[in-house]
Amino acid sequence: MNLHEYQGKQLFAEYGLPVSKGYAVDTADEAVAAAKTLGGDRWVIKVQVHAGGRGKAGGVKLVSSEAEIRDFAAKHIGTNLVTFQTDEHGQPVSKIYIETCTDIARELYLGAVIDRSTRRVVFMASTEGGVEIEKVAEETPEKILKASIDPAIGAMAYQGRDLAFALGLEGKQVNQFANVFTTLSRLFTENDLALLEINPLVITTDGDIHCLDAKVALDGNALYRHKKLAAMQDPSQEDARENQAATFGLNYVALEGNIGCMVNGAGLAMGTMDLVKLHGGQPANFLDVGGGATKETVSEAFKIILSDPNVKAVLINIFGGIVRCDVIAEGIIGAVKEVGVTLPVVVRFEGNNAELGVKALADSDVDIIAATSLTDAVQQAVKAAGGAA
Amino acid sequence: MSVLIDKNTKVICQGFTGSQGTLHSEQAIAYGTQLVGGVTPGKGGTVHLGLPVFNTVKEAVKATGATASVIYVPAAFAKDGILEAADAGIELIVCITEGVPTLDMLAVKANLDARGIRLIGPNCPGVITPGECKIGIMPGVIHMPGKVGIVSRSGTLTYEAVKQTTDLGFGQSTCVGIGGDPIPGSNFIDILAMFEADPKTEAIIMVGEIGGNAEEEAAAYIKAHVTKPVVGYIAGVTAPAGKRMGHAGAIIAGGKGTAEDKFAALQAAGVHTVKSLAEIGNTLKAVTGW
Repeated sequence: MNLHEYQGKQLFAEYGLPVSKGYAVDTADEAVAAAKTLGGDRWVIKVQVHAGGRGKAGGVKLVSSEAEIRDFAAKHIGTNLVTFQTDEHGQPVSKIYIETCTDIARELYLGAVIDRSTRRVVFMASTEGGVEIEKVAEETPEKILKASIDPAIGAMAYQGRDLAFALGLEGKQVNQFANVFTTLSRLFTENDLALLEINPLVITTDGDIHCLDAKVALDGNALYRHKKLAAMQDPSQEDARENQAATFGLNYVALEGNIGCMVNGAGLAMGTMDLVKLHGGQPANFLDVGGGATKETVSEAFKIILSDPNVKAVLINIFGGIVRCDVIAEGIIGAVKEVGVTLPVVVRFEGNNAELGVKALADSDVDIIAATSLTDAVQQAVKAAGGAA
Repeated sequence: MSVLIDKNTKVICQGFTGSQGTLHSEQAIAYGTQLVGGVTPGKGGTVHLGLPVFNTVKEAVKATGATASVIYVPAAFAKDGILEAADAGIELIVCITEGVPTLDMLAVKANLDARGIRLIGPNCPGVITPGECKIGIMPGVIHMPGKVGIVSRSGTLTYEAVKQTTDLGFGQSTCVGIGGDPIPGSNFIDILAMFEADPKTEAIIMVGEIGGNAEEEAAAYIKAHVTKPVVGYIAGVTAPAGKRMGHAGAIIAGGKGTAEDKFAALQAAGVHTVKSLAEIGNTLKAVTGW
């Protein structure tokens, strides 16, 4: 789960990290009022979307008058912002964030991820702030400095000082940076973060370290112990069908093709999509119905798959482990009737009571193609959807 | 011989009296696993499925001599359950639970590594040595004692590989589901090393998926240390970047962890890769000449 910048900065502020004072607002009037409360004569105004590349896409602006604030609010609130990280539709803008202006002397980068190879939280710092860090990592990996955190000990100040000196910081900045580093590490652990990025972390013209951005992603599996952060979730930034699927315990990801896939198990669901492609078709989605597929879950899965107008055929691939294929067959028959499925449906059963499942489909009065093997199922689905691309 | 478990392995179940613990313990007993008891705090002294229930893992180990534990507790209690098993002297911990917070696993993994305790999972189907011992949620009936070692990040894809090798009459030495999480207790390399050393395992099937670089690391290990034929399959060629595909660990991040990269690494290491999951068994047949 991702936080908006303003939510991330709120979290930073609770830990005493140096962030600008600002307000997240929904209207132009509120933005103008916020600017007055903040005082001064220059402010930075930013759209709040879950995507990077806002600056390049015109979603960040330095403003110095009420007219400019109103102009920005009118232009963005209620529209979608398209950046290089979004799809062609962009992300909806419902809030903008207005904060005091910071005079920048230098831009740095500081981020943290969970490194799967070393099984540690690893911090990355770079003098190349304000730009795409993936590009820096690709082109000049030597410019990315790293510090690995021992899970039993946590971040130590010396690691922060090491980074600070390597970044060319001096004087008071060294200890300020070390403090930001150890505090962020504590914040990462205490809130079950999955990813943290401050791009840019700046040195102000007064020589102080300041967090100008805050990108925070939380571990979805740990939200149960962070109720306050969980409540910050903004469903408008996520795919509506994926959200709907999640409420029924289904894992769904929309793709571009025309063969709807319903599979039990995440690995098999991916493998089935790959097999569709291998046989010349295009999968319309990833959908894992989980281990205990019932009539209810199968019905919901059908509804979600059929809400995609591109779908021309549905491929159901079930490997009955503990769950029995004949039970799932009844679920499929019931769901096809209940939802009123008119598209061709191809079913492949394997494992527990597969023969009984196939027989149940054959004996039913719904039109379902029972495949003889996995490859046969995929080929039949590709054919039913209009043949190989 | 086999790896990790055999007919003599004494197993206890944590989360024994819960619905998952009960269902899968019944199946394990029916399969012939030496399940010797279970743990549910507060229910010690009672009997469940004809076996003694203990309040703590320590008591269970003392009374039964169990060396392995299978964990079905909810995700919020998995860290506690794994460390309790480790502190009680359990040598092999199999955690089936899905949805364990990643930072919990970071701490658990560092702790277990320092003590040399083997963890399989979490978010996995478990481990089975066909005909001898089944620890986990896999359907026992599709397995057959034999000569293929199978290691996989996915449950249902393991079942596909198992079914195909059973249908061809090869059977399996041991099947290990290492799980779909970003920080697994054991990785491909741990299990590949065991299969290489196991005389009963004559060939290996490795099933990977997008996300992370465990397959690339395994490829380097295979090239340097594995002499037995290895057939490799990777799921997720059609997965879009930046999307989590069901498993917590199945995500292409920052252009890294793609199926293409993994297939290429395996091929370069001499692994016999297969692009169709329906052809895993046939590919094994072709490369071994069986």
